[in-house]
Amino acid sequence: MKNLQLETGNQKLEEWMAKLKLAAYWAASCGGCDVAILDIHEKILDLAAAADIVFWPIAMDFKYSEVEAMPDGHIDVTLFNGAIRTSENEHLAHLLRAKSKTLVAFGSCAHIGGIPGLANLFTREEIFKRVYHEVPSMANPEKTEPEPKSTVAEGELTIPEFYNTVMTLDQVVDVDYYVPGCPPPPKQIWNVVQAIVSGKLPPKGAVIGASEKTQCDECPRKKQEKKITGFKRIATAQPDPDTCFLEQGFLCLGPVTRGGCDARCMTSGVPCRGCFGSPDGVVDMGAKAISAIASVIEAKDEAEVQRIIEQIPDTLRSFNRFGIPASLIRRKVL
Amino acid sequence: MTFEPKIVGILCNWCSYTGADLAGTSRIKYAPNVRVVRVMCSGRVDPTFILKAFADGADGVLVAGCHPGDCHYIEGNYKTIRRMALLKRMLADYGIEPERFRLEWVSAGEGDRWAQVVNSITEDVRKLGPAKIRPALRKKISAA
Repeated sequence: MKNLQLETGNQKLEEWMAKLKLAAYWAASCGGCDVAILDIHEKILDLAAAADIVFWPIAMDFKYSEVEAMPDGHIDVTLFNGAIRTSENEHLAHLLRAKSKTLVAFGSCAHIGGIPGLANLFTREEIFKRVYHEVPSMANPEKTEPEPKSTVAEGELTIPEFYNTVMTLDQVVDVDYYVPGCPPPPKQIWNVVQAIVSGKLPPKGAVIGASEKTQCDECPRKKQEKKITGFKRIATAQPDPDTCFLEQGFLCLGPVTRGGCDARCMTSGVPCRGCFGSPDGVVDMGAKAISAIASVIEAKDEAEVQRIIEQIPDTLRSFNRFGIPASLIRRKVL
Repeated sequence: MTFEPKIVGILCNWCSYTGADLAGTSRIKYAPNVRVVRVMCSGRVDPTFILKAFADGADGVLVAGCHPGDCHYIEGNYKTIRRMALLKRMLADYGIEPERFRLEWVSAGEGDRWAQVVNSITEDVRKLGPAKIRPALRKKISAA
């Protein structure tokens, strides 16, 4: 508002008076990112003072047609959470890209694929077979499966198409910033909001609301020399609360995961699962995790190595739980 | 036209690359399908390199280094053993056939063994046919 007194016309005045227009959307996601926005607690009032929320399906009643009616670039910032799983997700990604000055991939799913991305280890047919026919709680005698188009007496019905492959937001549209986390921690969300309101944003393409270093940099656990002679699982063994998980033989992705969450899992007694994605410069998080963890396994012959690594039940999902759609191979090869 | 596999070979400078050189100077004839990249040690081979080769269209990847115990840097190839063992499991999770990736030990004196290894992986990959990874990447969305 610094030039307010210099502006004369009413229209210009209104423009200066206008608040930041904010939108939030959920694509293939669980809703946790939206809840995380609310978890900034009473600061939500500051946010409401600084911004007009023009679209936020989980919290307020807006229709897609209202977004479609907006002029291009009308929204200042859109926080887009969720991966791209259906044609509806993709349509909204394109729509919100066009209507937003700044599009933020918000949370692990939009950033690197997230938990929905694990479905890339299956095909659509396998998923439908399991979900609509095999699960014990499913009663589906007519063997119905979702079809994008179906004809009923009243006419043709359409639903969004379910894609074979889950994609990250930036595999579909141009993304300005990334806010990592499953979900992003409220403290970081507030940092991001402040950066947006003040206009102090880094160059396009940056990961914001996170650290440039890894989790180990923030993790308060005692770290000495790492030598893994066997892997344990958190469900069946009791970790020491003060020692590095890896040194105790619990698989922890801290060494290859971007910091910025104040080691919230490690301080709660759980090893890092990698939801923040990798720091800058890492091409494939799973490959880097293999590289890091393998170097501290204490074994020199192949049989001993096999014995130790067989204690990790599921390699890809243990080493790249959140980032398969963003990995080099992206999905199970068909 | 018969399918000629494209195989990326990542060789350590001290043993396997010298071994491949020996195969050349000894005029051993072997399959021309391996494109060789020289690294200083097989311990330098980041699993990312192998995934990148597959993502960029390689039909197979061969990593070769000094025999265990013979590493020029003492410990490098022990790390390779562990990394590649984990990577093999990850490749299986991605649905990539195990025959497409190999870790072999070839010393500087084993020109004939290098030729055998190359012929053997080339035949294995030829039997499998072209890798389906790159087409799968291009076809991001598979429509109904």
